[in-house]
Amino acid sequence: MADLVLTASVLEETKTQIENTLIKAGVNTVLLIDEAGNIVVACGHKINDLDTTSIAALAAANFGVTSQIAKLIGEDDFALLFHKGKKDSIHVARISTDLILVTIFGDNVSLGLIRLRIAQLAKTIEKAFGQK
Amino acid sequence: MALINLSKREIHCKIIYYGPGRSGKTTNLLYIYNAMSNQARGKMLTIETKGERTLFFDLLPLNLGKINGFDIRIQLYTVPGQTIYEATRKLVLKGVDGLVFVADYLKIRHEKNIESLQDLHRNLLERNLTLEEIPIILQFNKCDLLPTSIPTLTKEELETDLNRELKTKIFETTATKGIGVFETLKEISKRTIHYVATKHLLTS
Ligand SMILES: Nc1nc2c(ncn2[C@@H]2O[C@H](COP(=O)(O)OP(=O)(O)OP(=O)(O)O)[C@@H](O)[C@H]2O)c(=O)[nH]1
Ligand SMILES: [Mg+2]
Repeated sequence: MADLVLTASVLEETKTQIENTLIKAGVNTVLLIDEAGNIVVACGHKINDLDTTSIAALAAANFGVTSQIAKLIGEDDFALLFHKGKKDSIHVARISTDLILVTIFGDNVSLGLIRLRIAQLAKTIEKAFGQK
Repeated sequence: MALINLSKREIHCKIIYYGPGRSGKTTNLLYIYNAMSNQARGKMLTIETKGERTLFFDLLPLNLGKINGFDIRIQLYTVPGQTIYEATRKLVLKGVDGLVFVADYLKIRHEKNIESLQDLHRNLLERNLTLEEIPIILQFNKCDLLPTSIPTLTKEELETDLNRELKTKIFETTATKGIGVFETLKEISKRTIHYVATKHLLTS
């Protein structure tokens, strides 16, 4: 796994994209993380109240666990995980080989919209990071 | 996998405490957590423990201040040492930048120490990594047991078992009392940052 070296322009671009596609759609919090659980970009007005470091580490680990389970049943990967809470739900999706997008949103936002927006976002983020 | 944020001038690295079950990996992290100031440490996350045995991992994020104008953020992880948790260890190894191998002075752990190092070699190889590349430090832990009647290994035995090929620096520690814990952390942090920085030509 290659190290990620992030320049200001890539980070700004990614942040703007996340703001425009997800935050404006009513999502509380978005964390773009790498597979090791490091936070690449954090967006949303709640990020200072949340323990984002722990969320990122656990989301990466959780994703790793389910990927392993997927392999055991003959799947490559489950492309996404969704956990529904009473108030807030969390959506975790791989958007490139190294990057995972964690989206936290309330019941005012529909899962369908989230999935649609993330699919769009994945393309632009991949482009910004210059990956396939 | 290190994360280098040129915009905020931050370097994030992952250091993993590896070793057989009950060798003292979690004890190292707990000591560090308790000894560090609130500004320098994040929250210690201990996931899934049964009694004192780690079932998934522990995580302690640290902020080590500035080096060469970069803010150094380190995430310390432990793996579950028990043999049956191999799949979990493989997962935690994802993105490793530096390693501390915590070996146990107890005589009954003789085989387990060796097995665990072999397991590490194997799991790294699956990620196309070797211990020639990734920085590693050895810790011979539970030195306090040496003068007691409990059967222990000698330093020479542990060296033959574990450091014949590695030829790396050894710290003799008593993690419960914190003896050697910060010395180990300092050395592995230094080597890890150096490794990451030279890889990306961040040093002159
Ligand atoms: N005497 C002595 N006991 C120690 C020392 N370090 C750790 N221990 C004890 O060894 C036991 C196991 O320590 P842990 O830190 O939980 O071991 P671990 O390596 O995290 O074990 P797993 O989570 O199962 O992989 C605990 O009871 C510790 O108190 C030491 O330096 N001396
Ligand atoms: Mg433990």
